[in-house]
Amino acid sequence: MIWDAEKETMSREALRTLQFTRLSSTVSNVYHHVPFYRQLFDSHGVQPSDLRSLEDLQKFPFTSKELMRENYPFGLFARPLQEIVRIHASSGTTGKPIAAGYTRNDLATWSDLVARVAVQAGVTDKDVAQICFSYGLFTGGFGLHYGLEKLGVTVVPASAGNTEKQIMLIRDFGVTTLIATPSYALYLGEVAADMGIDPRTLPLRIGMFGSEPWSEQMRAEIEERLNLRATDNYGLTEVMGPGVAGECAARNGLHLSEDHFYVEVINPETGEVLPEGCEGELVITTLTKEGFPVIRYRTKDITVLTRERCVCGRTTARMRRVSGRTDDMLIVNGVNVFPSQIESVLMEMEEVAPHYLIVIDKKKRFLDDLEVHVEMNPERFTGSFRALEAVEEKITAKLASVLAVRARVKLVEPKSLARTAGKAKRIIDKRQQGVRA
Amino acid sequence: MVTVKQISVFLENKAGRLADVTRSLGDQGINIRALSIADTTDFGILRLIVNQPEAALKVLRDEGFMVAETEVIAVDVPDRPGGLAQVLDTLGQAGINIEYLYAFVGQASADALVIFRVEDCAAALQALTAQNIRVLSGAEVYAL
Repeated sequence: MIWDAEKETMSREALRTLQFTRLSSTVSNVYHHVPFYRQLFDSHGVQPSDLRSLEDLQKFPFTSKELMRENYPFGLFARPLQEIVRIHASSGTTGKPIAAGYTRNDLATWSDLVARVAVQAGVTDKDVAQICFSYGLFTGGFGLHYGLEKLGVTVVPASAGNTEKQIMLIRDFGVTTLIATPSYALYLGEVAADMGIDPRTLPLRIGMFGSEPWSEQMRAEIEERLNLRATDNYGLTEVMGPGVAGECAARNGLHLSEDHFYVEVINPETGEVLPEGCEGELVITTLTKEGFPVIRYRTKDITVLTRERCVCGRTTARMRRVSGRTDDMLIVNGVNVFPSQIESVLMEMEEVAPHYLIVIDKKKRFLDDLEVHVEMNPERFTGSFRALEAVEEKITAKLASVLAVRARVKLVEPKSLARTAGKAKRIIDKRQQGVRA
Repeated sequence: MVTVKQISVFLENKAGRLADVTRSLGDQGINIRALSIADTTDFGILRLIVNQPEAALKVLRDEGFMVAETEVIAVDVPDRPGGLAQVLDTLGQAGINIEYLYAFVGQASADALVIFRVEDCAAALQALTAQNIRVLSGAEVYAL
């Protein structure tokens, strides 16, 4: 089934025409309603009238998370707050998050696009979906909630946590669709087994997983353990939230809703737009957003685009599963974590040196385990055990508040962390069995 | 003040670290008189009383260990039932908090030697001497 057959199976030519009309009005809208964009375009010597074809967008400047943060909270909104009916926010890095405002129309579009992605995944109005994402500023919970409701699915807003209860609800309510991070799905399977419930006997049939990178092996593992069909979907707060792209039955890339988003893939070094089929950084321009439109947003996600027709009949472009990042962002149990956040916490503390090592592993039952090794400052060592414990607790608490994810702090001896050519190895990600400098 | 210098060494919980400390000291002819370890799963603090505290500090620092020097009290505790209880009562009645204590390795006399780390050394010494409990000086302890 296709949710919006007219839009999802449009001829490429008709789609490009629609995209151009919407892009022109978006570019003109931000130029006239967001002072930041006017300045940005002016300083790059471009005007809305310079956009005569879709390809002309290449002349326009990029935007980034950093620019958004500089305009926190509402500097990039194109509508007055009175017309904004909801605000979500991305997890802020060291300080300010990014606030995303939605008008009533934006929310309607969002729900529609989530419904589209859900139908792509095989969900129907006969399904019962349990949402294990937290409901709050994070776009995952509410975004999927209203989209699935729009589709007519019976929604169970379980939110995050309390896994045993989640399992009880899945069984008692006959939940057929699981909305979670892939690692949480595996964890859920483990906990069910502990409770004496064979996870394969749960009524689940479809999993819509997202918000963290995962592999084909992990997909196979989830399907084997939970006896469901695992699908991937993609979205980001800066652009909308979940619903930007999702897999269809063919599971050969994620269909992008191109009638609402214009996508480019660029060389992250030069900013040059790459031809279809080349790997690079995904850049998204919103075509219909009213409250918080974005022009050429650099996602820092690495992917490949194809516009070949899919066997499912949809004509929209597909993006390959995100294979990495252009920055050092880590995703820990679905939460974005930047090493710079950890660094800033450590820099503020005199008891420790700003040398650290981040170790991520799937130690316990498929959930990511984040450990931060911190070198002590020998000048502040008094020999007191309590003082060391207090330092450990202080760092743990600060990291928890800044990262929004639990990190275990391990104090290590001064100068004990490896330094290669003066620069420390900052991250050991055992989930991928790789080390990044 | 009649106190003894104790050396605290921060140790990561990894194989061979304690051996590294004792070997470094042994190589320099430094003798360990008493020791104690407090630890969590990640790290520990080794506390040492040695015959040459200044030399030991230098050796360990040179070897890259994180070390600190702390004043502790060495108390001569009568080696009979209730001997330690009397010392603890004395400190307790004087309102002195004990951070930790550990016993000596060697034998000073017929009595046992116990090392005390307290918050207020001066007050502890005063309370102990008032009860005629013998406290050993650094020189006495290092020479044992």
